[in-house]
Amino acid sequence: MALSNVLETPAAGFNFDNAARNAALEGLFERGQAPKPLKTGTTIAGVVFKDGVVLGADTRATSDEVVADKMCAKIHYIAPNIYCCGAGTAADTEKTTDLLSSNLTIFSLNSGRNPRVIMAVNILQDMLYRYHGQIGANLILGGVDCTGNHLYTVGPYGSVNEVPYLAMGSGDLAALGILEDGFKLDLELEEAKELVRAAIHAGIMSDLGSGNNIDICVITRQGVDYIRPYQESEFKDNRKIKYRYRPGTTPVMTEKVVPLKLEVVQESVQQMDTA
Amino acid sequence: MLLNLLDTRGLRSQLKDSVPVAGLCPHGAYGVQDSLRSGFSSVKNELLPSHSLELSEKNFQLNKDKMNFSTLRNIQGLHAPLKLQMEYRAARQIQRLPFLQSSNLALDTLRGSDEAIGFDDILNDPAQSEMMGEPHMMVEYKLGML
Repeated sequence: MALSNVLETPAAGFNFDNAARNAALEGLFERGQAPKPLKTGTTIAGVVFKDGVVLGADTRATSDEVVADKMCAKIHYIAPNIYCCGAGTAADTEKTTDLLSSNLTIFSLNSGRNPRVIMAVNILQDMLYRYHGQIGANLILGGVDCTGNHLYTVGPYGSVNEVPYLAMGSGDLAALGILEDGFKLDLELEEAKELVRAAIHAGIMSDLGSGNNIDICVITRQGVDYIRPYQESEFKDNRKIKYRYRPGTTPVMTEKVVPLKLEVVQESVQQMDTA
Repeated sequence: MLLNLLDTRGLRSQLKDSVPVAGLCPHGAYGVQDSLRSGFSSVKNELLPSHSLELSEKNFQLNKDKMNFSTLRNIQGLHAPLKLQMEYRAARQIQRLPFLQSSNLALDTLRGSDEAIGFDDILNDPAQSEMMGEPHMMVEYKLGML
């Protein structure tokens, strides 16, 4: 029961207070000029090869028609043997993968075991289904565990598929074409890396939402090789982050030395007690 | 651990077992319409949710518990949910004073939510809320003297 002087603390979790306000504001803006969340407009791909899984992603994040981030990291760490590529709304993929990683860490601390890929998939599926697609995260999970090498895709509504090769994001059609053409079972490491690179490259060339560099992550039983960037785009600009000049860049024309004369006015000595 | 595996079930059983929390209280902190922040109140705002997830999130914990208990009753018999609900009721009584935030440690351990992190541990954490109720009012309200 509500009383005007008894405080009810708001429930933990999502707060929907602004939904009515947003609906009202939507009508005020003309032609849908309401600000849109940052999407990743991506190409991500994954391939299962003989000794493990290779994941690849581009590095562009867009906000409507502007490139918001040229070096965005789309391959997220979940566990030492599991990595996840995320497409969709950037904040949603980041937060969801962070929560997933925390949950799996708690599990491995509790039980003393390495997490399996299927556990990550189940946790993600429960979480995303609960929010009925409002969390815009299309994820590709890849990892190596005691049961083998696995590659799963989880959609924003909670759908799960286990597949040997996969592409997602706005550039997935182009990437999938390359993968369909070049994939064979039990590829070698270099072939798998080249296949994923070619797939992401096709996505970058054919899709406006993907671009810049290509990141590759190789997960095997021995460990993880996160190569960032694997291939840099030919169109990167040469602006430096720091502008530090070598000593001697500026020529010295003249030099004048003025000695500073000091007179000792008072001297006092204090003995230090060294034991 | 058994209860943690039964988080999502078929839609039909969800509809049958759900206990909807009737109506949506106005959005202000004191249960009264906060005209400055959310505009004037209307009957439509109070009866219909403004977001599709609002009702399902409000009832989520209730529905989950109800489904888990009913499945447990079907598998192990009536005694299992009865014993568990007795423990829940006992754990729910371990609280601090009404205006202070309780840690709910026993309740969390029983539910298994001490081993999981979700959005309700990060967003809108009640332990970090910036408002506290007036102590005397809250205690009088709890004791029924108000």
